[in-house]
Amino acid sequence: MSSAVTPRGWTKFGLHLNGWLVYLFFYAPIVLLVIFSFSASRNVGTWGGWTFEWYGEFAGTQNARNALEASLKIAIISTVISVVLGTMAALALERFTFRGKQVFDGLLYLPIIIPDVTMAVMMLLFFAEFFDVINAVFGIQMRKGFNSIVLSHIAFNISFVSVVVRARLAGMDTKLEEAALDLYATRWKAFRYVTFPQIVPGIAGGALLAITLSLDDVVITQFVAGPGWTTLPVYVFGLIRKGVTPLINAISVVMLVGSMSLVALSLVAERVRGGEHG
Amino acid sequence: MNSTPAVDIKGITKRFGDVVAVDNIDLEIADGEFFAMLGPSGCGKTTTLRMIAGLDFPTTGSLKIFGEEVGTLPPNKRPVNTVFQNYALFPHLNVIDNVAFGLRMQGVAKAGARKQAVEMIELVHLGGLENRKASQMSGGQQQRVALARALVNHPKVLLLDEPLGALDLKLRQEMQGELKRLQKELGISFVFVTHDQEEALTMSDRIAVMDEGKLLQVAKPEEIYERPANRFVADFIGQTNLLDGTVEDASTVCLANGARVRAKSSFPVGEKVAVSLRPERAQIAQRDDAVDGGSAVDGVVESVTYLGNARVYGIKLDWMDLEVREENRPGATLHEPGSQVTIAWDSEAVSVVAG
Repeated sequence: MSSAVTPRGWTKFGLHLNGWLVYLFFYAPIVLLVIFSFSASRNVGTWGGWTFEWYGEFAGTQNARNALEASLKIAIISTVISVVLGTMAALALERFTFRGKQVFDGLLYLPIIIPDVTMAVMMLLFFAEFFDVINAVFGIQMRKGFNSIVLSHIAFNISFVSVVVRARLAGMDTKLEEAALDLYATRWKAFRYVTFPQIVPGIAGGALLAITLSLDDVVITQFVAGPGWTTLPVYVFGLIRKGVTPLINAISVVMLVGSMSLVALSLVAERVRGGEHG
Repeated sequence: MNSTPAVDIKGITKRFGDVVAVDNIDLEIADGEFFAMLGPSGCGKTTTLRMIAGLDFPTTGSLKIFGEEVGTLPPNKRPVNTVFQNYALFPHLNVIDNVAFGLRMQGVAKAGARKQAVEMIELVHLGGLENRKASQMSGGQQQRVALARALVNHPKVLLLDEPLGALDLKLRQEMQGELKRLQKELGISFVFVTHDQEEALTMSDRIAVMDEGKLLQVAKPEEIYERPANRFVADFIGQTNLLDGTVEDASTVCLANGARVRAKSSFPVGEKVAVSLRPERAQIAQRDDAVDGGSAVDGVVESVTYLGNARVYGIKLDWMDLEVREENRPGATLHEPGSQVTIAWDSEAVSVVAG
């Protein structure tokens, strides 16, 4: 069990203490948030006894419900589209050679590097110009709202999805695809029955990442949102300006539980797939 | 045997950018033939196999399978199947679905495909393992699955890319016999790529030796070994001693040290050549003993390696080193290092290759 490099005595104690402090630092705020979401006091930092009132208020507030619904709609639609596009981009970069591939490769990851605020301003400017052009050419008056939020979320999610899917593709033996073709599969069937089952964990991982990022995003969404379309994080952000109430705690806990369920789901999915490979 | 060649390659060249992987080769493989493509890595043998499979397309030239031009036909439209190096079994499928894959892709109904797959799994002695995943099998078993997966489609030609490369010696020898048995039983051509000259010699009806994209010689194993087409083939197939010299007349070669040895060749007089002397073809004797052989050179024993069934002597000549192998028969004289010896050989025992 113990070897020459296993820490002993005070060293061991110090290391354990450090570990516990780090965990405390990570998780104490979360625990506090959950506890205070059940506090009956209107004052955020004061304990006023147990209550479910704030969850009730969340459920009863039309604006909050609208924001939650908008968040979910936007997250699901932008995830589906960015998973398809991101997977296609990953396949193109990993399986084919074409002119300008290096440039495409570099540009694809730009949204990961660019700061959110810059991206948000870019998007804001882009939609303003874009809508003007649409109006001038087709005579259709478009406004910021659902479409602009979804498009922005797709724009940054494609990069994340393709990074995750590419990692999976890179680990896959291309001989498997050749074997499928050799065994009378068409290119489509080779993808459907061999490539796709191999990269499903990557696609699922990318999708969960995309849905989480979409649900979480405040900065970009705030810039491109329009009247009538507010996502849950942006709604929370707005509430803070009016003064912090335990309602925010309750909404945060709901979002926290949602995110954690997604992460747990992805871990379970990975475990199931992993088991198949022994 | 069918008179139409199973595979007919004419003037095939394959370039990858500036690299010429296969350089203008002509090759005919007969129906029912066990055919080996042999050469060092990067010689173009795998590229040639991949072109027959349709996984790579030739840059120029014609490639026919049973008379039908298939040059740029995709792999799924060719009557050939491949056993890949490291098998390339589908990791998400079990054995039976791996084997049934080709039939399913050709539109055979699930029940029928599975039934044929089970029969093929029996044929390669894997009965009872139908529901295993590839990762739960040993290398030898995976090899058999790969074979079954290709053969279940009744290919007209089976292509094998270094099929035994990943197996240990014992298993490899077992599979060599197994492959021969299957090939005889099915009566189709097997084309297999290997860098192992011993494997090529023991298994094949004919061997093609390749180097740097060029086809150097295509012949039966005996002929490749006895009458190598050039220096590379002589050196690559088995062990040999290459004694440089010039042709003096049709049956004499003048070696680098001035000694004349008898060796038949059809090279013009004055041509630079090498005499290929296999280690086991030379006789070794004490200097004073009379030797009856066509030719002889004098040397000193430098080393002796004991192999159990034979001894290999390292002999130092004035101008080069030789290897001589003597079977370990009862009564064989042991020549100690430092002994003055004469190395002799019959003129029929050597071949002359271009220098």
